[in-house]
Amino acid sequence: MKLVSVPPFERFYEEHKRPVLAQLRLLLSTDAAEDAFQETFLRALRAYPGLEHGRHLRAWVLTIARNVATDFHRRERLTTADVPDLESVDEPLPYEELRRLTAELPQKERAAVFLRYGYDLSYEQIGDALGSSSEAARQAASSGVRRLRRKELS
Amino acid sequence: MTVSPELDARFRDAAAAEGLLDVAYDLVDTPIGQLLVAVTDRGLCEIGFDPEPEREAEALARQFGARVLRSPRPTDEARRQLDEYFAGERRRFDLPIDLRLAREFAADVLKELARVPYGQLTTYGTLAAKAGRPRAARAVGTIMNRNPVPIVLPCHRVVGSTGALTGYGGGLDRKRALLELEGAISRSLM
Repeated sequence: MKLVSVPPFERFYEEHKRPVLAQLRLLLSTDAAEDAFQETFLRALRAYPGLEHGRHLRAWVLTIARNVATDFHRRERLTTADVPDLESVDEPLPYEELRRLTAELPQKERAAVFLRYGYDLSYEQIGDALGSSSEAARQAASSGVRRLRRKELS
Repeated sequence: MTVSPELDARFRDAAAAEGLLDVAYDLVDTPIGQLLVAVTDRGLCEIGFDPEPEREAEALARQFGARVLRSPRPTDEARRQLDEYFAGERRRFDLPIDLRLAREFAADVLKELARVPYGQLTTYGTLAAKAGRPRAARAVGTIMNRNPVPIVLPCHRVVGSTGALTGYGGGLDRKRALLELEGAISRSLM
């Protein structure tokens, strides 16, 4: 396999910052997503010198983002009983349509549909990002789509 | 999903503030064109003419480490001093410089170069002699050409033994412009 070298952090950040923020907005409230965005890339910076090659960086950083979101949820549960408000929108989003369509899906299906159809990630990358196998990611996306179709028909 | 300029700037500031960068750089507009200015925790490590940031980020990553990020704040002091220099209000730069990659003779030559006063010319041969190798004028030419921090280390003040401007990494027009700014040569003569 061809060795892919680790890109300068600038390029890595520019290539992945949008999908990272998109994923965090699905998992957290808008304000928390912005704090989590910064925390995600700071963690990536700390771990960056340890990377041995430049493959699968999208999946890698989405995994970090998911872990950060989990930590934020844990912290929120400790401090308040509030459920994070996934629906709060304080600016028009380019992915508004997909966001609206998927709003009522279970969280995992929604994330899988969003990453597949909003960001065109492979099921392997989605699986990495959601902490499951690629097959589980495929099933989550397709059951999400089936659920959307049923809703449309009804 | 757009990352707002505020959120983007917040991360770039935080990355530098936490000391997580191998190199921070920014683009600076000057009368002789845009410059890329890069710093490490040891000091200024590059000034580049006609920057192509993607390519320069690659080169900086190879030299200093992969954590290269555009982050303006660490470059503020260099930018301020460059602004003053181009406004004619500064004759000496007071900036730490990261010369860790310069080998022995090159490091000696660059240290001598730093002593060439504002507005004065010297020659490749003179500089070679001051660095302890009087016959190495040609090698000094190469070292000038690869000077990582032009303007601040004033290789524009080094000319051929006949007084000809010879060459400049940023192009002869810029060498002439810098020497005119410093009053080392007059416009009418060129």
